[in-house]
Amino acid sequence: MPPLTLGLMTLPIAAGLAGTALPAFGNGGAGIEKLLAWPGLPKSVALSIGTGLVSTLLALALTLLILAAFAGTPAFARIRRGLAPLLSVPHAAAALGLAFLIAPSGWIARLLSPELTGWQVPPDLLILNDPLGLSLTLGLVAKELPFLLLMALAALPQIDADRRLTTAATLGYGRIAAFTFTLLPDLYRQLRLPTYAVLAYGMTTVDMALILGPTLPPTLSAQITLWMGEANLTMRDTAAAGAVLQLVLAVLAISLWRVMEIFTKRALIAIAFTAPRLALIDRPAAFIARLAALLITGTLAFGLAGLSLWSVAGLWQFPDAWPEEITLRTWATAGPSLRETSATTLIIATGATLAALALALACLQAEASLHLTPTKRALVLLYLPLLVPQIAFLPGLQMLALPLGLDGTVAAVMAIHLVFVLPYVFLSLSGPFRAWDGRIATAAATLGASEARIFWRLRLPMLTGPVLTAAAVGMAVSIGQYLPTLMIGGGRVETLTTEAVALSSGGNRRLIGAYAVLQLLLPALAFSAALALPLWLWRDRRLMRGLG
Amino acid sequence: MHRRTALTLLASLPAFAGFSTKALAAEWDSILSEAKGQTVYWHAWGGDPKINDFITWIGDKAQERYGVTLEHVKLAATSDAVARVLAEQQAGQTDGGAVDLIWINGENFAAMKSQGLLYGPFTETLPNWPLVDVAGKPATVTDFTLPTDGFESPWAMAQLVFEYDTAWLQNPPQSIDLLLEWSISNPGRFTYPQPPDYLGTTFLKQVLYGVMADPSVLQSPVDDASYAAQVAPLWAYLDRLHPTLWREAKAFPQNEPALGQLLADGEIDISFAFNPGRASAEIAAGTLPDTVRTFVLQGGTIGNASFVAIPFNAAHRAGALVIANLLLDPEVQARAQDPAVLGFQTVLDLQSLSGEDRARFEALDLGVATLSPADLGPVLLEPHASWMTRIAQDWTARYGVAQ
Repeated sequence: MPPLTLGLMTLPIAAGLAGTALPAFGNGGAGIEKLLAWPGLPKSVALSIGTGLVSTLLALALTLLILAAFAGTPAFARIRRGLAPLLSVPHAAAALGLAFLIAPSGWIARLLSPELTGWQVPPDLLILNDPLGLSLTLGLVAKELPFLLLMALAALPQIDADRRLTTAATLGYGRIAAFTFTLLPDLYRQLRLPTYAVLAYGMTTVDMALILGPTLPPTLSAQITLWMGEANLTMRDTAAAGAVLQLVLAVLAISLWRVMEIFTKRALIAIAFTAPRLALIDRPAAFIARLAALLITGTLAFGLAGLSLWSVAGLWQFPDAWPEEITLRTWATAGPSLRETSATTLIIATGATLAALALALACLQAEASLHLTPTKRALVLLYLPLLVPQIAFLPGLQMLALPLGLDGTVAAVMAIHLVFVLPYVFLSLSGPFRAWDGRIATAAATLGASEARIFWRLRLPMLTGPVLTAAAVGMAVSIGQYLPTLMIGGGRVETLTTEAVALSSGGNRRLIGAYAVLQLLLPALAFSAALALPLWLWRDRRLMRGLG
Repeated sequence: MHRRTALTLLASLPAFAGFSTKALAAEWDSILSEAKGQTVYWHAWGGDPKINDFITWIGDKAQERYGVTLEHVKLAATSDAVARVLAEQQAGQTDGGAVDLIWINGENFAAMKSQGLLYGPFTETLPNWPLVDVAGKPATVTDFTLPTDGFESPWAMAQLVFEYDTAWLQNPPQSIDLLLEWSISNPGRFTYPQPPDYLGTTFLKQVLYGVMADPSVLQSPVDDASYAAQVAPLWAYLDRLHPTLWREAKAFPQNEPALGQLLADGEIDISFAFNPGRASAEIAAGTLPDTVRTFVLQGGTIGNASFVAIPFNAAHRAGALVIANLLLDPEVQARAQDPAVLGFQTVLDLQSLSGEDRARFEALDLGVATLSPADLGPVLLEPHASWMTRIAQDWTARYGVAQ
């Protein structure tokens, strides 16, 4: 990737890490001392590692199971159609939907009560914010599985999946065994970085942990965010020390994961030598995979439906399954602020996405015209903003931006969003861009077309679909950002996500519902536009519609 | 320019304040003209949509009357704004600060005032200041035992009241001890917001008033030597109470709206709020059933005032002063007291108002669940701010990292 783009991605992270490390180690290590003296430390550290590792393991295992059981079958298309839209659901909205669903006073309990359960009042059960972080883990799995699955889907064609599976099948291998022995090694190589990103995110998420996670004590990342907000600045040292610890933990967890990879690989090779066909486990595996896909799609879909219903609910007492009345009161009273917040969210998302698109296209075009091959190192750098925990470098970046007067503006938030939007836009766009048939360019060049003319008149129009999809992905990523908006926006830049999370502690389900619905609606609109626009643009060029 | 500086000096000298009414009026006119066109960033807790709507309404009024634009910066905690001003001070930013106005009281005010983070004294410059009931409501000038010295201006009075649903509960327990007995025989039906949340810590202080041998020590700063013995009854009380709480005290609601939502969902039978009108307002909004009523404890409940303060480096000080004054306007105060809007108690002395303004308050229907001023009972003074900090800290060490 060209240096400008690389600098754009690495500079804020490096500066932020430095800005975090300085106060953490400064002042004679007072921050570290206070961090170690905090009685909740062992438990919150254990929570971070535990929820991160378990949720990643589950999400990856289920992703692979779904792929192994269904890749190439008609059922797979259905599962894919069900899960793909969930990718655009912001983390906070997914967490809120889940919370509304599984709480003891949530929709499930309401639907079953009092007929099946006999509950006239909500049961006194610790489901949300449970001390072990189980609901947080569930939320993370539900949100990360679609991501890993779509990343895997992008990788499958590159490793010639169908032919390998067919060969293995003719040798008598069951689907699961065929997948594990012939595809998994190559597939996982491509899934490794996304998996690390999921692990790093799972350990350090703030918005999901604030909504679903334990509170006595919270996870380390959530506690760092609370410390950042404390009145006396001395707690900021502690927060910075915590952020450094969080970074170390993430590195440790990824190393641990690497070790697990090596052992799993050895075990797989050893098993492969015995050549077990394992055809018998195909049915139960397919059943579990289907159940998992259904459960996750269902949980998120019902959770989000519950959010929407609350946004138009009048009085809705337990154990009523439905609100007593449907009213637009919430939308009417909150209308002005909803409109304003949506506008800010859209402006930031559009700005960050356009910049990311321009940079990604420039990089890819440079790569194509200079005949560069993407290196592994460049790919790691691309993933850097997804691998380095946000909570580790954003506090530092905020403390650096403050004296420069750079924080608290829409432009600053847009710039920090770019750091997180760019990798996704690039990843989404690079496949189709590189797959574009270079012979078209050669043909055009022999006809005398310049490099620029080929790009603007041929390549870009033919890639309209992928470019728009990448734009929609970028919009969705920007809309979902919580911590960067909160920290760099200094509380003065409000987006739908920061508002929804801020409200989530207050428990006003109607208003939370309204914000969450908009959080869902904006990315959904972006994706619909990405699908509809090419159809309209190429309404009289039928062959163009199928491209990308 | 010179004249204005002189006037500012004159008005800020307390000795001249008495006979400089004219100068004050001139000073206020210059503030008004300076404020016109300014955008005031009011950092205020944003967790309650009704309060947010009220602040939006204030913004409309400010625009309409004074050409001042009001931006509500919604905070998760007031300390966010304090931290910000502190960071600006440490970064050497002495003007053009991001925070123009803060909704504040208690420990945050004490912290800001002692570190020189506030502008003032300013309250006497406000034309509406004489309407404030300083004598009848001493909490308007004493914030957690700390004299405000004109560095913050009150805008609402609050008192702790308990809420219960008469559909489930007929005779609520009207003392701290009875509450414990009731919770033991009705396990899982009561809880409080997790300290250091403001309301949660207030509950702890209310318990202190109920169980301490001599609650009068609460009016002085914490004395390290005797502290442990003084608060021992609080921990003993909580040790008995916690196993009987909602979720067996393994999780707590995070703040006042979350606690209110638990009552609305029927997860608990008794909740409480720092606002005698909250229950009526929620009933009016259709989010609480109309069978909810309020009660106070025998011997009184804690009450205090909400204030606004202006940071030392506020970029739009004139605009902030205009907003602070507008908040004391009888029309605004009456609207805040309307249970359909906020249900906050006014800080004004109704006797000092004109007949027309007084009528605004008399016309208010306080709502089915609101106790009359007489039934609200005695107001217990807030303990010194150091108590709040200390017990919140100790609570976190004792119960906040549980298992």
